[in-house]
Amino acid sequence: MKQQQGMSLIVKRITKITVSLIFLFGMYIVLHGHLTPGGGFAGGVIIALSFIHLVLAFGKEIALQRLRESFFSAIESFGGLMFLGIALLGLSGGYFFLNVLPKGVPFTLFSSGIIVLCNIAIFLKVSAGLFSIFIALAIIRMPMDDAKEQSR
Amino acid sequence: MIPLFVAIPLGFAFLIPLVSKYKEGFARACAVAGGFFLVCVSVASVYWIKTGAMTYAVGGWKAPFGICMELDALSVLILLVINIIGFLALVYSAEYIKKRYTSPGLYYALFCLLLAGLNGVAISGDLFNMFVFLEITSIASYALVAFGTEAEELEASFKYMVLGSIASALILFAIGILLAKVSTLNMADIARQLMRQGPGNITVLYCAALFTMGFALKAGLVPFHTWLADAHPAAPAPVSAMLSGVVIKTLGIYQLVRVIFNIIGFSQAMSFIFVWLGIISMVVGVLLAIGQWDFKRLLAYHSISQIGYVVFGIGLGTPLGIIGGLFHLFNHSLFKSLLFLNAGAVEFATGTRRLEKVAGLSNEMPVTGVTSLIASLSIAGIPPLCGFWSKLIIIIAAFQVQHFFGAIVCLAVSMVTLASFLKVQKYAFARKAQNPVAGIKEVPLSMKVSMVSLAILCVGVGLFFPVIINTVIKPAADVLLAGREYINWVLGVK
Repeated sequence: MKQQQGMSLIVKRITKITVSLIFLFGMYIVLHGHLTPGGGFAGGVIIALSFIHLVLAFGKEIALQRLRESFFSAIESFGGLMFLGIALLGLSGGYFFLNVLPKGVPFTLFSSGIIVLCNIAIFLKVSAGLFSIFIALAIIRMPMDDAKEQSR
Repeated sequence: MIPLFVAIPLGFAFLIPLVSKYKEGFARACAVAGGFFLVCVSVASVYWIKTGAMTYAVGGWKAPFGICMELDALSVLILLVINIIGFLALVYSAEYIKKRYTSPGLYYALFCLLLAGLNGVAISGDLFNMFVFLEITSIASYALVAFGTEAEELEASFKYMVLGSIASALILFAIGILLAKVSTLNMADIARQLMRQGPGNITVLYCAALFTMGFALKAGLVPFHTWLADAHPAAPAPVSAMLSGVVIKTLGIYQLVRVIFNIIGFSQAMSFIFVWLGIISMVVGVLLAIGQWDFKRLLAYHSISQIGYVVFGIGLGTPLGIIGGLFHLFNHSLFKSLLFLNAGAVEFATGTRRLEKVAGLSNEMPVTGVTSLIASLSIAGIPPLCGFWSKLIIIIAAFQVQHFFGAIVCLAVSMVTLASFLKVQKYAFARKAQNPVAGIKEVPLSMKVSMVSLAILCVGVGLFFPVIINTVIKPAADVLLAGREYINWVLGVK
């Protein structure tokens, strides 16, 4: 059997199923951040973990062909800009960070004005940022590591 | 208007990594334009704030309940320092970073993040918010110190990060204890609750000790100075100028005096601690500096010594002492950033920072030579340059409260400072080169512009020092002298 990237077939198969579930759970945490415990940060971490699973199971060479670092760094900056944009939107009502959107009925999904949008912005920033950190740790090889591998 | 101080640099910090990949030069233009706008706003705010404070309720939630931003004369002084030096360092970076480092986009993004954090610290009226901005600043500066990613830079950055994290932990611990004690984070409200409970509370004194330790670590005062001499030389020159001219003052001195004077309340014991921290820093810093042959390392040790003057002046607690301390803070930011930019120019032209290896640069690099001469004379306290007046005020203030030992130490340290900068001038600029190296050229235009403007500021502040003291320094000193009057400015008179 030829040498292949990543872990065994069983792990890959299971990962294909579970990754979407993890992603979905993360999305649930993000979008219900104003109703239940959790929010942008926790959901963002969970979603970043779903991507990290992919990299771990399929090996970084294969996974990083699909999940490009530049894409995630752009998403991260966009998340930051979106959060700042929401804050500046409040200036239209007279105050930085003012909750200008309609609040809706409490305890329903579409309520609490800008909080949902803030959670989404935080989720973009956190998930992309955490995944970028993971990629950086996976890609960057110090000269020392190479020397060790050659001496083996 | 107040949130703009944070929103503009933060917006550019996020925008630059998005765009700079596709468009060369966008990052530079953006950052310099943002810096210029911030300078304009901070100069304008000198005229808005005469006495009292301007508060801003973030999100429309009023002061004791929501997060508030507040702008008073002390914040205005710090904002002026941050944004003037920040803008000139950005102008200087234009050529310096392009020639010496890869990925300028990341550099400008981090620099904007640094500015956002510093401005946030200066305008925050909420203790925890202040801590968050302090962390933004610290993390941006750790990354900027390591920007060269050579062994020296990484080691310095790691050392800085470890000691900076210890400082942050101490500060966070103190904030936590205060929160448990008074159940509020608004700075004015904390002061009001502490005033109701009366003085002499052991918990509050413990918090004051933790704050002093944490902020002294950030400021690089002597028992806590070890990271500074590694971190400041390792960074790119404009970043060294920011770190030495602005960051140690905003994160260290400004927050220290804000917490001690306006929240906890200044007392005799604290005056004693400040004065002695100042004296020890002055002496040890200058003694470590005089034997140095690395240009930037020498400057870093002088930063410790000059910060000692600032803390000594403020610690005297008299109106004149505080004016002298704050004026020296302002002046030091001007001449020390200029000296770091000069050191960067020398390194840019010759490729080395060792003073014994360069010689006779004032012929090849006249602008760098003249500006560094002005800065050296300023830091040594030669009249009529700016450093002279602030040192004079501090020494007079020390005589007024009959702290003769401190005054004599100030004079002696000033003399040693002069000696060590004469060494710099002699070796790097004045002496004849034994075997001249061909091809040493004056630095490009943008670097010259920013060095010359700082030199003009040094001379201008020296010549027109009464104007500066009356418009900027005295109102700032009044904020500190007013002490807990601060409560009424922020929360409204009850």
